[in-house]
Amino acid sequence: MTEEKGKLKKQTRRILQGFAKKRGNLIPILQGLQGKLGYLPREAMLEVARFLDIPEMDVYGVVTFYNQFRLNPLGRHSVRVCLGTACHMKGGYITLDAWKRRLGIESGQTTPDREFDLDTVACVGCCVMAPVTVVDDKPEGKVEPTKVDGILLSFKLEKEKKSK
Amino acid sequence: MVGAATCGRAAGALEVLRAIKAELKKHGLDCPVFEVGCMGHCYAEPIVTIIKPGYPPICYGQVNEVIAQRLVREFILGDNPCLEFVLGALEKNELVPSFADFPRAEFEKKVILKNCGHIDPENIEHYIANGGYGALAKALQLEPEEVIDEVKSSGLRGRGGAGFSTGEKWEVCANARGKPKYLVCNGDEGDPGAFMDRAILESDPHSVVEGMLIAGYAIGARYGYIYVRAEYPLAVKRAQLALQQARKLNLLGRNILGGDFSFDIKLFQGSGAFVCGEETALIASLEGKAGTPHHRPPYPAVSGLYGKPTLVNNVKTLAYLRHIIQDGGNSFAGIGTEGSKGTAVFALAGKVVNTGLAEVPMGTTLRQVVFDVGSGIKDGKRFKAVQIGGPSGGCLPESALDLPIDFDSLTEAGAMMGSGGMIVLDEDDCMVEIARYFLEFTQRESCGKCTFCRLGTKQMLDVLDEFTKGRGKIEDLDMLIALAEDVKAGSLCGLGRTAPNPVLSTLRFFRDEYEAHIKEGRCPALMCRDLIAYYIDPKKCELTCDACVGTCTVEAISSHPTKRYKIIDQEKCVKCGTCLTACPPQYSAVVKLSPPSLVPVSKIPVSKAPGPKKKKKK
Repeated sequence: MTEEKGKLKKQTRRILQGFAKKRGNLIPILQGLQGKLGYLPREAMLEVARFLDIPEMDVYGVVTFYNQFRLNPLGRHSVRVCLGTACHMKGGYITLDAWKRRLGIESGQTTPDREFDLDTVACVGCCVMAPVTVVDDKPEGKVEPTKVDGILLSFKLEKEKKSK
Repeated sequence: MVGAATCGRAAGALEVLRAIKAELKKHGLDCPVFEVGCMGHCYAEPIVTIIKPGYPPICYGQVNEVIAQRLVREFILGDNPCLEFVLGALEKNELVPSFADFPRAEFEKKVILKNCGHIDPENIEHYIANGGYGALAKALQLEPEEVIDEVKSSGLRGRGGAGFSTGEKWEVCANARGKPKYLVCNGDEGDPGAFMDRAILESDPHSVVEGMLIAGYAIGARYGYIYVRAEYPLAVKRAQLALQQARKLNLLGRNILGGDFSFDIKLFQGSGAFVCGEETALIASLEGKAGTPHHRPPYPAVSGLYGKPTLVNNVKTLAYLRHIIQDGGNSFAGIGTEGSKGTAVFALAGKVVNTGLAEVPMGTTLRQVVFDVGSGIKDGKRFKAVQIGGPSGGCLPESALDLPIDFDSLTEAGAMMGSGGMIVLDEDDCMVEIARYFLEFTQRESCGKCTFCRLGTKQMLDVLDEFTKGRGKIEDLDMLIALAEDVKAGSLCGLGRTAPNPVLSTLRFFRDEYEAHIKEGRCPALMCRDLIAYYIDPKKCELTCDACVGTCTVEAISSHPTKRYKIIDQEKCVKCGTCLTACPPQYSAVVKLSPPSLVPVSKIPVSKAPGPKKKKKK
């Protein structure tokens, strides 16, 4: 456990070298860290506080204020269900339900096998293709429950092909 | 040219792009292919425009890989323009109807959307070839005060939603003391259902950069920020690229175009907080803090980022500047109404046929936008309401359709023009649910500083939740209104002050729907899941088809062993609607009923296991 913590500390310090020590850089730093590590582990947040010479509570407060920052590790595939107005009126909540049902997790969680993580997003701006789900940064349009099954099937087939 | 902004990509534009390039290579054709932005005809994405000598430029809609291959073979290689796939031509001609001939063209006037979908946003030379940065050169020849005067004479009002006079705001900032001064482009478009700012940043980013340069010069700023939501990765990428390209050509940085004016812009990604669209919260996040708004005065124009004078302007506001400088403030003031000059850009979404972007002169009526530009309601359904202004706005019914769109007329009716998001609702949309939805959003996004916003929105949400589950009391309606007024009065920033608007406007115009939910446990629009039930009518069911049984996502439909009636187990049913879509249209045997008690009950329980009697439909 301490070995992993040590590794995270080293990684964080390396990433921090690319930033100037200004309080104003806190959010870009956190975004950069999350981009490389996938989420914000406790060790990383402590290192940031040390680097910027600010209270640890300040870092934690900012991390928990904004929706973008994750405190849990990600899965191999990311699933972001859009719950914007147009998507909602076209049944976005039904789509979210379908994802929850098939993946067996709630929004904000990752599947036990670390394959998928599920979250909602307020609006991606593709309202004409409602309901939209962004899968691995690619927006998928008109995602009804049967399409959810289709997307999961295509991942499964891809995985089987790779293992052959 | 292939339309590859985010909505184009969601529709499959990248596959079409690949197919076109592959087909061109196969035939050895040397034809430049550009990825362009969003033309505003999002309902027809993916869109491909082919410009061939001897023909007018022609746009094809809903192109897929197969159609793309045909277009290359038959039109680029051959001479058949494949009229069956045409959306419209870009110029008037004898062969194909042009966009100018469409009925909607009469109502539209493209100013800031003019370049979108027609130039490669990743190529500064396209922008310059279309007159780009000419306005900057002109502005730099004037005194900063003259630039401010030009903007004042145009009557431009902030397009972020508040509608404050841009020229006046600039004047305050220019006269304020403190250095360095900052300029921030507010691209934190958080209204769910709005995508105008995203489209502009993805399709014509240089227009925003040029606007920022003009504004920076006018107020004497040294540094600028483009603040974009992280949820818009393509907009971030294109804005970043535009900044790099501008720097290379000395349009950004020290001594711009060889003069004394130095100004540089950095990109900052928003971290997912709707409240950061509010200027003091936005500035707090730029300083690395949580996005909590603070009292104004002091206004950011006087004391903002790090205590220095900071001008915050919306993406669209900045995009207008090059036109105002190039054509003169009076030309801009010639469009629109007395109180609201210029054009307004709307993101039309929801149950309308032509979903996408529309730029119309201020003063155009709602009816004209929804029915003439938007071509009315899809699938022949009935119009119910139009939701404008996002979570801060309101829902206006049929009776309000002839109101002109401008900053002031809509506020009287209880709505707000806002940033430009317009969602069209039809008979299948529940007004109680939409009020609940917006309140859920604002309650979640509330920063928590003001007690009335933090607790009041939660209480209002709880009450609305109960309504959608059929558990409300009629006295709750008056309590809701009183609480709404308190939240408005007790909140420091726009989020809290406008959060109750959707509730107040739906109660004002659609009280009957609320009463149906409370008194009868019925949802007239058949949307609230706890108040509806799906039922398969045995008289209409074909009996041997079984399409619904196979597609049901939770296997809740079974066939009667001998009579083959389809039975939905209401305990398992999740109201997803898949059976409704799966049932072939000639039978249309699946119906939604509200309240659920309307579903016929059989006396024979389904389950053999002990427990409460399950409802079985016959």
